[in-house]
Amino acid sequence: MTLGWDVLLPILWESLGETLYMVSVTLLVGGFAGLLLGLALYTTRKGNLFASGPGFTVLNVLVNIVRPIPFIIFITAIGPLTLAVVGTTIGTQAAIFPMTLMATFATSRIVEQNLVALDPGVIEAARAMGASRLRIVATVLVPEALGPLILGYTFLFVGIVDMSAMVGAIGGGGLGDFAIVYGYQRFNWQVTFITVVVIVVIVQLAQWLGNTLARRVLRR
Amino acid sequence: MYELRDVMKRYTQKNRIVDALRGVNLTIGEGELVAIQGPTGGGKSTLLQLLGAMDRPTSGSIALDGLELAGLSESARTDVRARTVGFVFQGFNLIPTLTAQQNVETGLVPLGLGAAERAERAAQALADVGLAERAAHMPDELSGGQQQRVAIARALAKRPRVLLADEPTGNLDERTRDEIMAMIERLWQDQGLTIVIVTHDSWVARRAQRQLWISDGVVTEKTGGRGPKASTATVR
Repeated sequence: MTLGWDVLLPILWESLGETLYMVSVTLLVGGFAGLLLGLALYTTRKGNLFASGPGFTVLNVLVNIVRPIPFIIFITAIGPLTLAVVGTTIGTQAAIFPMTLMATFATSRIVEQNLVALDPGVIEAARAMGASRLRIVATVLVPEALGPLILGYTFLFVGIVDMSAMVGAIGGGGLGDFAIVYGYQRFNWQVTFITVVVIVVIVQLAQWLGNTLARRVLRR
Repeated sequence: MYELRDVMKRYTQKNRIVDALRGVNLTIGEGELVAIQGPTGGGKSTLLQLLGAMDRPTSGSIALDGLELAGLSESARTDVRARTVGFVFQGFNLIPTLTAQQNVETGLVPLGLGAAERAERAAQALADVGLAERAAHMPDELSGGQQQRVAIARALAKRPRVLLADEPTGNLDERTRDEIMAMIERLWQDQGLTIVIVTHDSWVARRAQRQLWISDGVVTEKTGGRGPKASTATVR
C-alpha cells in the first residue's frame, strides 16, 4: 500500500534533520581535521616550513590509500573500527564516523591544493621577518588561502551530502534512508523525486552561502 | 658585525651534491655597505640566507656581533631574524590582501609590540620611505618601486642592525632603480645600518662602499668600490 503524505511528511522532516545533523558534524569535525592534515601535507613538502621527507611520504601515501576507496565500501571496511569507537555500526551516530574520516582525507587534498597556489615569496618574507613557523601557518597560510578554501569547503559540502545519502543504504538514517525505504523499496517515485528536490535545495543554499562568503573574503 | 670562518654549505639536489659555498672567510664591519656580485648559482643568495640566519651552514662559523649563528636552533634563529636582521627581496613579497600599513606592521608582530605602537612605528617607517599617503593602498594599487619601498619600510620598521637585500632592484626599471638605491643610501647614512646587497647590476654594485665577488662558492674582494665610508661623497 502507498503511504499518504500525512504519514510521510513527519518522517521526511525527521530525515532532513538527521541529514543536516550528519552533514554539519562531518563538515565541522572532518573539515577541521582535514585542514590540519592538509597543512601538514603542505608544510612537510620539500623546502617548506616543516620539510620532512619521511613525514610527507607517510601522510601522502595514507591519503592516497584512503581517498580512492568508494565510500560505500569504506563504510563497511572500517566497520570494526566504527564499532570500537562509536559502539555500534547502525544509525546516525555510527554513520558520522566514516563520513568524518573520509571528509578529513578529502579536505586535506583540497587544502593542500589551495596552499600550493600561494606565492612562496610571501612565506619566505614572513620567515625573514622572524615570524615563527606556527605563526606563519596561522597568520599567513590560512588567511591568504581563505577565499579559495571557502570554495573548497563548499565543494566538500556537496560531497558530504552525497556521503550522507549513501549511509542511508546501511541504516544510517537521513534523506538517503528515507528515499530508499519509502521511495525505492515501495515503488513510490514521488517520494524519491521529492527527496531529490530537497537535496538539490540544500546544495543550492550551501553553494550560494559559500560563494557569498568567498566573494566577501576575496574582496578584502 | 659579521665574522665568517671556513663557511661551507652543501645541498643535496636529486641525489646530486651541490657545494654552494666552499670555505668562505669574510669580515663585514659595522656600518658597511657591501655589494655581492657573481654568476647565477655562484652562491650569492646562499650566503645572504646564511647571513640572515634563514639557514645554517654545513660547517664553519658565522658570528653576528659575537653570536654564533651556526649552532642556533630554529627558534633562536627566528628571534635573530625578528630583532636584528631586515630582509628585502627582488619580488617585494608583500602580502597581497593587506594594505601597505598592515604589511609594514606584520614586520613588527614578532617583536611582541602592542597594536598602537605597531601602528605608530609602521606609519613612521612608511613616512621614512616617502609613502605616508599611500598607507591605505593595497600592493596591487602601487607601482613596483612603491611596493619595494613598502618592503623596505617593513624590513626597517623594527630598527634592525643589518639590512640584507637580494636583488632589490632586479624587477625595476632604471629610473626606479636609481630612486630605490638613493633611498637605501640615505637610510644607510641616517640609521647607521650595515647593508649587504646581492645584485647582478654593476651600477648598483658600484654605489657600494665595498664590492665582493662570489663564484663557485668562493668569495673574493673586488677593488674599485666607493672606498671607506668617510669619503662617500665621491664615487671613485
